[in-house]
Amino acid sequence: MNVNVPSNTIRATETSRVDLLLIAEMVTPGARVLDVGCGDGTLLRLLAEKRGVDGRGIELSQAGVNSCVAQGLSVIQGDADDDLVDYPDLAFDFAILSQTLQATYSPRHVLEQLLRIGKRAVVSFPNFGHWRVRAQLLFGGQMPQTDNLPDRWYETPNIHLCTIKDFLDLCKDVGARVERAVALNAYGRKLGVSMPVFAQNLFGEQAVFLLSR
Amino acid sequence: MSETPTAQAFTDHSLRLAQIANPQSEIVHFPAHEPLPLDCGAKLAPFSIAYQTYGTLNAAKSNLVLVCHALTGDQHVANIHPVTGKPGWWDTMVGPGKPIDTDRYFVLCPNVIGGCMGSTGPSSINPATGRPYGLDFPVITVADMVRAQARLLDHLGIADVLSVLGGSMGGMQVLEWASTFKDRVFSAVPIACSARHSSQNIAFHEVGRQAVMADPDWCGGRYLEEGRNPRKGLAVARMAAHITYMSDDALHTKFGRNLQDRERVAFGFDADFQVESYLRHQGLSFVDRFDANSYLYITRAMDYFDLAADHGGVLANAFTGTKTRFCLVSFTSDWLFPTEESRATVHALNAVAANVSFVELKTNNGHDSFLLHEPELFNTIRGFLRAAAVKRGVAGAEGWLP
Repeated sequence: MNVNVPSNTIRATETSRVDLLLIAEMVTPGARVLDVGCGDGTLLRLLAEKRGVDGRGIELSQAGVNSCVAQGLSVIQGDADDDLVDYPDLAFDFAILSQTLQATYSPRHVLEQLLRIGKRAVVSFPNFGHWRVRAQLLFGGQMPQTDNLPDRWYETPNIHLCTIKDFLDLCKDVGARVERAVALNAYGRKLGVSMPVFAQNLFGEQAVFLLSR
Repeated sequence: MSETPTAQAFTDHSLRLAQIANPQSEIVHFPAHEPLPLDCGAKLAPFSIAYQTYGTLNAAKSNLVLVCHALTGDQHVANIHPVTGKPGWWDTMVGPGKPIDTDRYFVLCPNVIGGCMGSTGPSSINPATGRPYGLDFPVITVADMVRAQARLLDHLGIADVLSVLGGSMGGMQVLEWASTFKDRVFSAVPIACSARHSSQNIAFHEVGRQAVMADPDWCGGRYLEEGRNPRKGLAVARMAAHITYMSDDALHTKFGRNLQDRERVAFGFDADFQVESYLRHQGLSFVDRFDANSYLYITRAMDYFDLAADHGGVLANAFTGTKTRFCLVSFTSDWLFPTEESRATVHALNAVAANVSFVELKTNNGHDSFLLHEPELFNTIRGFLRAAAVKRGVAGAEGWLP
């Protein structure tokens, strides 16, 4: 089927297979899962195959939603900022926000909602503290463009980028408990758990957090 | 109206009247001692339900797909219509290899009660008087229609449905089914509809009803005995309604300000414009296949539909505890049942953590999109139904191509 998915969605799903596998690892088998910003359903399919979850999705793009529903996934058209408030407390075992936090209007509100409707939340995002991002801004003097953040500043959907340290601060502010935090380097390998936060923030290209309240 | 009824039209009229008592459909007669209790307090007895089926019911009786028709639809979903001679109203959707694939599913569509194609309605004979009911027919609701359909399934020995689908008023029936018979509905596809009929829609219906009742041939609803038919009133009702089924954009694309068979305007009230001619044709062809009193009763049923009001004013309460898999579909250009109406239902379903999909399809064809060739709609329905069949464990479903 020929579905017109926005280029940033496709790139994100192709290059972040490892972060999706990592998320799948964090989700317990048979769990009830909500994937917020589920794109073309790659993660939901993966979770259904690997973990046998009861999965639902929310996706903004019509093409993404149509593709998901035609594949038999349960997905609604909506967005993280507005549509999470309708769900009851603890409706899901896991509320997942994969590579979407940075594209929401109110990341704090969205994170709070995730922690309200999910017993646990899984959040992954591109780390703006990565050395390559820092170097581009420091030495190039321009807004960074990387494999994870491929769009020019004026066309990127990512309006609220953050670093791993920033995100840890936000977790503290909203009272989220970090159960697990994994940073992945540019090759998709996990950085050693013994590595201090400043190093993870420097060498992690993306991060995956398992949170609870 | 400038067009005069043709001989063909009169033939069609008698064909239509024949369908009231002896439809070219399967029919089940429920005897007087098995009445249908109605929301208005009356009991309908005896009553009949005419229906069409396509495909084969599997051994486990797990592949039934119930199709609910819209206001002016009927049970002739995918066969040549006995009155008009045209293909069924969802011929593009239902059939072998089509999205609702009759090689996979057993498709059943009943004519609603209040209708005029064999199910008991205002043109049926009132056993108390021996005359057509006319306005003595009790006012029915969408819930009454659905209860009658449940009785039909009981009669056929079918406990539950794999899926119930419908657009517009058909979608209202789908929501009612999912709310009232939670255990009997594995999946539900309400298309281009709302959980409550809006004030604007009630207003349009009232215009249509007033047009019918203003026609002297309506005879206070007794036109059948008088050998008359309020053709003009019903045609006007249909013309007004038909505008609401299309989008401004679609009308403009189709007709613009093009003139009908003339070079310049005629400075009169004939159909100068193509759009006028088109609407007159729509109105006239409608009266050949539909009963005026049925139009009054069924529009009223839609007006009364308010699922939230039936559940303490909270729509979510209508779906508490539901295990049904939902797939809602709306169309961007539908101003009769705009996307916000479907979204309100989605919000209610989310509030009870229901399993729900929701697709808003970008179309130019207004409310009627659900009846037309919309490939994205076909993909959605095909994929959703297959997934439902797999989840339910319908024999062979795992092997079906998506």
